[in-house]
Order: sequence, then C-alpha cells, then structure tokens
Amino acid sequence: MTIKHLFHACVLAGVPGVALTQAIPLGDPEHGAELYQYECAACHQIGEGAEHRIGPHLNRIFDRRAGSQEFDGYSEALARQGRDGLRWDFLRLDAYIANPRSLVSGTNMAYPGLEDAEERADLIAFIRAYSDRPQDIPEAAPTAFAPEVQLPAEVLEIEGDAEYGEFLSASCTTCHQRSGDHAGIPGIIGWPEEDFVVAMHAYKQELRPHQVMQSVAQRLDDEEIAALAAYFGGLRRE
Amino acid sequence: MRLNRRRFLGTATAATAALSAPAVLGNARPRVVVIGGGSGGGTAARYLASDSNGALDVTLIEPSRMYYTCYFSNLYLGGFWEFEDLGHDYGNMAMRGVNIIHDWAMAVDRDAQTVSLGGGGAVSYDRLVVSPGIDFVDGAVPGWDVSQQSKMPHAYKSGTQAQLLKAQVENMREGGTYAMVAPPNPYRCPPGPYERISMVAHILSERNPTAKILIVDPKANFSKQGLFEEGWNRHYPGMIERIGPDFGGDNVEVRPDDMEVVIDGMVESVDVCNVIPAQKAGKIAELAGLTNDAGWAPVKPEDMRSRMDDNVFVLGDASQQGAMPKSGYSANSQAKVVANVIRGELTDSRIFPARYANACWSLIATNDGVKVGASYEPGEDEIESVSSFISQTGEDAELRRQTFEESIGWYNGIVDDIFG
Repeated sequence: MTIKHLFHACVLAGVPGVALTQAIPLGDPEHGAELYQYECAACHQIGEGAEHRIGPHLNRIFDRRAGSQEFDGYSEALARQGRDGLRWDFLRLDAYIANPRSLVSGTNMAYPGLEDAEERADLIAFIRAYSDRPQDIPEAAPTAFAPEVQLPAEVLEIEGDAEYGEFLSASCTTCHQRSGDHAGIPGIIGWPEEDFVVAMHAYKQELRPHQVMQSVAQRLDDEEIAALAAYFGGLRRE
Repeated sequence: MRLNRRRFLGTATAATAALSAPAVLGNARPRVVVIGGGSGGGTAARYLASDSNGALDVTLIEPSRMYYTCYFSNLYLGGFWEFEDLGHDYGNMAMRGVNIIHDWAMAVDRDAQTVSLGGGGAVSYDRLVVSPGIDFVDGAVPGWDVSQQSKMPHAYKSGTQAQLLKAQVENMREGGTYAMVAPPNPYRCPPGPYERISMVAHILSERNPTAKILIVDPKANFSKQGLFEEGWNRHYPGMIERIGPDFGGDNVEVRPDDMEVVIDGMVESVDVCNVIPAQKAGKIAELAGLTNDAGWAPVKPEDMRSRMDDNVFVLGDASQQGAMPKSGYSANSQAKVVANVIRGELTDSRIFPARYANACWSLIATNDGVKVGASYEPGEDEIESVSSFISQTGEDAELRRQTFEESIGWYNGIVDDIFG
C-alpha cells in the first residue's frame, strides 16, 4: 500500500454519507525502521527506555499536543503552536517531516525534510507503532485538509508585487511589530520569501493552527501572499 | 512563467476625475487635513505622510499633546499596567512629516474646504479625514450629564477619567457596591464594559472581597458574554450581578448627589457609579454636517468616504459603516484604506481594493485572556463580515495565558504602527 491510497480513501470519505470506517493502510514499518535510523535516530530516541536527547523521544507522539513534553529544547515557535492547538496527527506529522519549517517556521529541528511521500508514510508507520494502542489511533478526519502544504511550482514562482504587498502589510502591522520585535506575537520582518509563502499557505490550508492567522490567510490569494512575502522579505529589522 | 499582474492601475485616475481638482498646480502640494489623533486619525496621518514621501501636505489637528489609549485602560484599572503605559506622544509622527496642530477643530466649511481652529485661523484641505471618536448622547441616562462626571465617572475616553475611576474603586468602603450603567448599542469597544467589570472584580477580590458589583444593562446580550460569564463564575463567584432589560435594566436613572441608582423604580444606594451613556459621533462630525439622525457619520463601504461629501472621509468610532465594531483596531484598519485612496487620488499612486479587519482581546483575570475578531469586505451598501473567530469556553490555562500575551503583543504592534 502506498500513501496515495490513503489520500484516495480520504477523498472518497469526503462524499456525503460515506463514513470512513475501515483502517487506513499506512506505509511499510520495516522500511520505516531503516529510514528512522538514517533520518531521525541521531537526535530522537524511540522504543523502550527512550529518553530525550538532542530532540525529545518520540514514544506516544501520535495525537499528542506539540511541544508538550518535559523537554527543554523546544523552540518558542513550536511551543506556541502547541498551545494554539497543534497536535501530531498523521497529516501534521507528515507535513512536518516533509518540511519542518513549512509547518513551524521557527522550529529548532535542523532537519531539511523528507521529500518522498511514500518514504514518509513508511517512517510514520514505524513511529506509529510506538504510540499507545496503535490500532486505535484515529487518523486525521477526512476533511478538506491537504496532506501537506501542497504548492504547485508556479505558486512558488510568482514574483511578488512588493508595492501591493506594502498596502496589504497594513493588515499585518496592526499586530506584528514594524520593529520586528516578537514579544507575544512573532516578528515577520525579513523572512525569506519562500518560507513566508509556505507558512501563509499552511495557515490557509489550516495545517497551522491559530484562528487569527487562518482567518487572515483565507482571504489572500496566491498573488497577494507572494506580494506580502516580497514586501516583508525585503525589509530588515530596525 | 512569471506572474505579476498590475491589476489596480487605472482605478486611481478614474476616481480622481470625478472629484474636485486637487491643488496640484504650481508648487502647492495637495493638502490633507486630519481631525483627531487617535487610532483612526493618527494612523491615517502617519501613513499619508510616510507613504507619500512629502508629496502630500498632511496636517493633524489634535488638542492633546499626549494621547492615552482607551484600549488597555482597563488593565490600568485592574492594576496590571501603569497609567504611563497608556500614553503616547506625537514626536515620531512629526518627524515622519506630519504637521501637527495641537488645537481644537471648531468648524468645517465644506464649501470653502477649510477647518477653523479654536485658537483662531483656519487650514484648508483638498481632502479631509474626520476621526473624532465618540461623544455622549445628552440625557441618555436621566440624572447624568458631563457635569456629574467627577461624581459618577464614565471613564470611557481614557485619560483622567480612568484615573478617577481607579481611585474611587480602590477607596471604596469595605463591602461597598460598584455599579455600572452599561451603554446601549452601538458604542465603542463592545467588550470594554465587561472587561472593565472583570478588572474591577479582580481589584476588589484582592482588596475588598465582600464588595459587590452591579451591572445595569439595557442590552439583552453583550459581546463575548459566554466567555465573560464563565470567567466571572470561576474567578469571582457571587460578586457580580447583572440586571438586563427583562428586569428593568433599560429603565435607569441616577442621582449623583445621593449616590443612588434607580432601576425600574427601585432605589439602590451605591458607593461607586460608573455611567457609560449612549454614544454618538464626536461633536465635530455633527458640526460639519456629516452625521445622520442616529448621530453617526454614514460612509461608503469601499473607502470610508462620507455619504455627505466626496472630499471627506470619516474613520473609526464616529463612522457608520456596517458590521465592523467600534474599536481601535477597526479604526487603524480603516485608516489604511483611506490613506491609500487619498494618496491615489491626489498623487496618482495605485489604489487597491479595501480590506478591513478587527480583533479585540479582553482580560478576565490574571493570565486569562480571550479574543474575538473578524475580517471584513465592502458589500453593496455597507461593510460586511466575511469570516470570524472567537475564543472558546473551557480553554486551558496555557492557551488563555498565550492569548493574554498575544494581546500585549498586539498593543505594542498597533501603537508602534501609529506613534512609532
């Protein structure tokens, strides 16, 4: 089974009246175990006796609130998203492993991301076995959530209209300080454009939690997001 | 393929042609006058001056040299903030090129396009922005007028009134009663009276725990009601009583000399009485002939332009625009739309379609913050809400603490956006 089957199942389940009752086939946990050693084990322990090391251990991570373990190394960004309601369900783990910064811009996890969706499914299938009663773990509800921040290449290639972005930015600077200070609300001055675009689409797709930002992002089209990214990306902190 | 559509060119020139010609001839720069240096007018002045890089002559008329925000004055009342934390001066705005006149705008001659000043003289404009905030409706609460505000403060325009109310609450006799006469809709800052109740309860539960709080309310429902009532039951059980219209809360009279409140004929003796009367647009909007029978200044939803005069824009609490609540955030959001439109009309810069937003944070108790907000767009006749959000009852303490910290971040953001 591949990850693609999973998404087909979700799409079918979205048809009114069709409930998603059968377990969703996941990836191959044996291949996942190999990948884990290569991709994750340097920082994250898993299994009996696992402890926090460079990163937190990953036992029972499924459906846990992000940043909620007694681990000192969480970034403020991850802890903040946890408080906002980010939980590690399949879709969000998948998105995080695909590109950690697309889900949590300020994460401390220095991992470039795993591009191949099937490999991610295998990896998650392995990690999932170390969560409580893995057979009962609810998969993400078959809603409109995209499996990750899926951005067609042409969206990332839009050349942002910085002048328009400056106008639109007025909606941002009511809360995000022009100085770039980030007490209470994160600073967004001088963000790399692509990070900005990906983050805004993650809010728009409701992969990232936070009601205000979801509300803001849902009103922005692709060009407007690119315009904002161009404007803020061109600013430097005072 | 590179996409970069310049979608909005053209709208500026079309709109300009329909209006009176700006003074672009010769060396004279087009003149914009802004009345009122709060969240609406202050934002408009700053953005007009900064974004036009000197192409516009921007004058702000504001009597106060220090602006004390109304928002977060409840935190001062609750002992979380110092009074000085609320104050902001106009130095940075002046350095950004705004010509600031600390005086009262006494009258507007819309035919001559001039604003006359309390200290004499007048300033002329090509476009006028009116952002005077609110005034109180005369006779709204029988027995009360502004001459009674030292005995029964409104504390709804910040500044010294907030200081007075705080002193009265702190010096209230043991076991005394704090009464609030709440305003009818519409009024500035919909959750404001109820956040104030929370902050008074916070102070009293620490200093005077047998004291009582009485709310006399003409409204059946109020903003964030479920969140406030949940919080009051949790943090201040038994302290707060609210009398709504079903029990005569809409039939109230006050007697400041006797410190009495008469509710539907029943006389209550109180120790502190905070009267927040019904509201209308600030006086100058009325004097300028910009208001309607309801006392507010109706505007067009796409750009906050007065329905009475195409050269005049009304912002913030004084305006009647539709679904946006009267708040500092709303005024700030509207001001940016207006600044963009005026700059486009007078300097041919690009005009973009309006978008508006609002959010209001309230503090219920220490680290127990909640929020409500929405996005708005111009509809056919008025501004309409397109999506909204609100904190939920039963949220955990961590999230509430984060919401409170976010509110501090918002405050720092918006005052930086205006006065920074």
